[in-house]
Amino acid sequence: MIAELGHFALALALALSIAQSFVGLLGARWADARLMGATGPLAAGILIATGGAFACLIWSFVTNDTTVANVVMNSHSAKPLLYKVSGSWGSHEGSMVLWVLILALCGGAVAAFGQGLPSVLHARVQAVLALVGVGFLAFILATSNPFDRVWPPAPDGQGLNPILQDPGLAFHPPLLYLGYVGFAVTFAFAVAALLEGRVDAAWGRWVRPWALAAWSFLTLGIALGSWWAYYELGWGGYWFWDPVENASLLPWLAGCALLHSAVVVEKRDALKTWTVFLALLAFGLSLLGTFLVRSGVLTSVHAFANDPARGVFILGLLGCYIGGGFALFAWRAAAMVPTGIFAPLSREGALVLNNLLLCSLAAVVLAGTLYPMFADLLLGEKISVGAPFFNTATLPLVVPLVLAMAVGPLLPWKRATLWPALLRLWWVALAGVGGYFGCLAIAGARLGPALGFAAACWLIAGAGADISDRLALFSRPRAAWARAKGLPRAAWGAAIAHAGLGVMILGLAGMGLATDRLVVLHPGESAELAGNTYTLRRIEDVNGANFTARQAIIEVSRQGQPRVVLAPQKRNFPLARMTTSEAAIHTTWLADLYAVLGEEREGGAVLRLHHNPLAPWIWLGAAIMALGSALSLSDRRMRISAPVRKLAKEAVRA
Amino acid sequence: MSVSPGPRRRILLFAPLGIAAAAGAGFLVMLRGLSSGAYNPKGVPSALLGKPVPEFDLAALAGADRPGLTAAMLRDLDQPLLVNFFASWCVPCLIEHPQLMRLATDGVPIMGIAYKDKPTEALGFLRKHGTPYQRIGVDLPGRVGIEWGLYGVPETYLIDRHGLIRWRYAGPLTEDVVKADVAPLLRRYA
Amino acid sequence: MWRCILLLSLLLLATTAKAAVSDPADMLRDQAQEERARVLGRELRCMVCQNQSIEDSDADLARDLRRIVREQVATGRTDREIMGYLHDRYGDFVLLRPPVRLTTLALWAMPVIALGLGATLIMVARRRSGAASILPPLSAAERARLVELEQDAQ
Repeated sequence: MIAELGHFALALALALSIAQSFVGLLGARWADARLMGATGPLAAGILIATGGAFACLIWSFVTNDTTVANVVMNSHSAKPLLYKVSGSWGSHEGSMVLWVLILALCGGAVAAFGQGLPSVLHARVQAVLALVGVGFLAFILATSNPFDRVWPPAPDGQGLNPILQDPGLAFHPPLLYLGYVGFAVTFAFAVAALLEGRVDAAWGRWVRPWALAAWSFLTLGIALGSWWAYYELGWGGYWFWDPVENASLLPWLAGCALLHSAVVVEKRDALKTWTVFLALLAFGLSLLGTFLVRSGVLTSVHAFANDPARGVFILGLLGCYIGGGFALFAWRAAAMVPTGIFAPLSREGALVLNNLLLCSLAAVVLAGTLYPMFADLLLGEKISVGAPFFNTATLPLVVPLVLAMAVGPLLPWKRATLWPALLRLWWVALAGVGGYFGCLAIAGARLGPALGFAAACWLIAGAGADISDRLALFSRPRAAWARAKGLPRAAWGAAIAHAGLGVMILGLAGMGLATDRLVVLHPGESAELAGNTYTLRRIEDVNGANFTARQAIIEVSRQGQPRVVLAPQKRNFPLARMTTSEAAIHTTWLADLYAVLGEEREGGAVLRLHHNPLAPWIWLGAAIMALGSALSLSDRRMRISAPVRKLAKEAVRA
Repeated sequence: MSVSPGPRRRILLFAPLGIAAAAGAGFLVMLRGLSSGAYNPKGVPSALLGKPVPEFDLAALAGADRPGLTAAMLRDLDQPLLVNFFASWCVPCLIEHPQLMRLATDGVPIMGIAYKDKPTEALGFLRKHGTPYQRIGVDLPGRVGIEWGLYGVPETYLIDRHGLIRWRYAGPLTEDVVKADVAPLLRRYA
Repeated sequence: MWRCILLLSLLLLATTAKAAVSDPADMLRDQAQEERARVLGRELRCMVCQNQSIEDSDADLARDLRRIVREQVATGRTDREIMGYLHDRYGDFVLLRPPVRLTTLALWAMPVIALGLGATLIMVARRRSGAASILPPLSAAERARLVELEQDAQ
């Protein structure tokens, strides 16, 4: 019964979305206030219907309803509750329901927070969001219905892959989708602007918070996935330039470019055509990722196993939305006239450089990801494009980006001279040089990590220089505190986010200095690594909820002082008939101590020990970037509705 | 105020649409190819096509009543033959075995190489399911497989009369593959 | 449907295979040689895995290839010879860094192409918007006049 209700809810959501598309577009075209006013309640209705469908799906999983095919494929009664719930979005069908739920959430959010938007723009944005929903709901109902029944009911589910039963992996899809689908809002704003034929500074101000929000979630989602790979896969690797990983990086890069160029639209009324294009591109790249992962044209550990028929449907959706968006762009963008002019060397110029480098990076990653497929198709050649290519090809673009990141915020708008800005960065450059030599001093002659340290110190100090410049901290220190209190949150947010990237690069450079040892130890024997002594005490049997495991107890000491006990395990899941390896990781500010248990032989065990300096800073940096973003989002100036409502209240009182 | 765009700007504005359309067409062809089998993202062609068989010398499988296999025996042949890498632990090898037996009874010479298989277990496999091979080599360490560019079992190679590798199939031979590829190739290089 | 199940099980195999740890007996005694073998290994694709190098995978084939690389490093062959050995047998697919040739030129040149295209776009856009109309900096006489006017205003 619940499954049928869920199915009905999806159909209802589809009907409401179709209605919303008409209501929004026609209401805007005819400037009919009643129709335009209906978009808000309709958005709420779509959200309730989709939310209801999602709740029904979760209910089916939680109650282990084995008459639902999706539950049989992806769940099991022995799974802990959290993983039953997260299993609902672990399959292709379930993840599509999560996708449309988040889309509906976006529609609701626009209705709730977009009260300051002109009603024509709001109506069009809701209509476009609903149009996207129509396509994907139709896809779910036609090809990927999660509520399909199976009769007679199976005795129990088959989905007990222990690798998927992990908290990191449980939250990775929702965060990612909040990012991917969040860019649908900026897409809708772009399409609405094209339909209206007008982009002004206000549009830039409205788009920026949505771009920031989507980008933050995507940052967190990607970081979570990378961290999961690090602690789960047991080799200390965290980014493999896998095609599906690249598919998440592409909208991240485009979205990053978007939130920077939107600043220029807002502040200087320039770069309008380009920003509209970027908004279309960011969502287009999200959709491309959706296609690549689900259609079967890619082989990847992350890809859902799917048949090409679904791929054709998704390709059709891509054609509608990306093709439609670009066609509209080609037709209507000519009407947009730039008004703000600026010198090449200026804050705007620096933001143009930022966009140029980020989009070039995206082009390189896109080329590397698609090249094997197209070379196979067009030339019949099978080539591999792996990490060595991507590392080599992206480095020459990342270096100027990092250099410019510290200089750009210091440049004034409209026209600047470079030398004063560079002079004010003298201590930032010193920090960079200090980082370089500091790394050489600590770790020896390793050029790559040393350059990474230099870049990180440059960025972090550069963020400091940005703030101290705004506060005139060194030139007029007395009033600095007052200025700090008055400094808008967006300024703090930007500096923190840039510093966050520096922290992440510091972590990456530290990982470049990682060392490891592969040893066979018998109980009582020790091995040395990076000044720590690892002594194997014993290997014992332990039992878990649905597994039995062999666990090695390793005592780690440094110069005789005991530090920590690591307990890596090799788990055997009898029901799933799988064994996994759980690495033991001890995280400190300075490094990760990482131990993996291998096979046992002659009373001893093969152990792989890693010393990963500064590894946690990689994900800490990503979290700081998201934090900076969130801080910017909380800036009063972003909440355009707030002042309007206050004024209205005061007017009523007066 | 609206400005009528010049031709150069028009081209620029239409470029994204053009590129997306071209990519989309490419993806459509890929999807069609996936269903028909024309596009196989996981298949890798052999790097040795058109090259002579690599040098190797494998001992015979004890108890199988067949001589061993060396590279010299694969040159100057009367007719093209197949070289099949198999193992007792490999499930698809068991699935393709009837096809090999059928080819053998049809008179196609097939040489077998037991890849990373203990001789006793390979022998047991052949005793139980039949021996389609005229000669069998034992490659326990698997190095000869690597010389051939093998990346899994089963794999079947077609050698022409001059000892050149002409075709490689990775995966279990099915009736369709035999009809569509093996038979015509055997005729072509006869 | 069967293909799906096969693919799923292959994926599962691939992911669990990674969970194992390799054999210390495979490692080379000499640290520098072992490091060199690892660097080479990171350039070679594990043929039965998805986009991973032989150093990152514990599939049997990856282990065999790692052994071969280490054997050849120990006997003193050059990097080029070792890569060539595997390239001869496995083709371009085994190289994670695609060889630079006519057909991969567009790929390797992409950073330059993207930058060049972007820079051209920017130039074209600036010329069209008449950006030359930015005011030039004040001359000395004009600056003096400005100071005069400001003093008058006070």
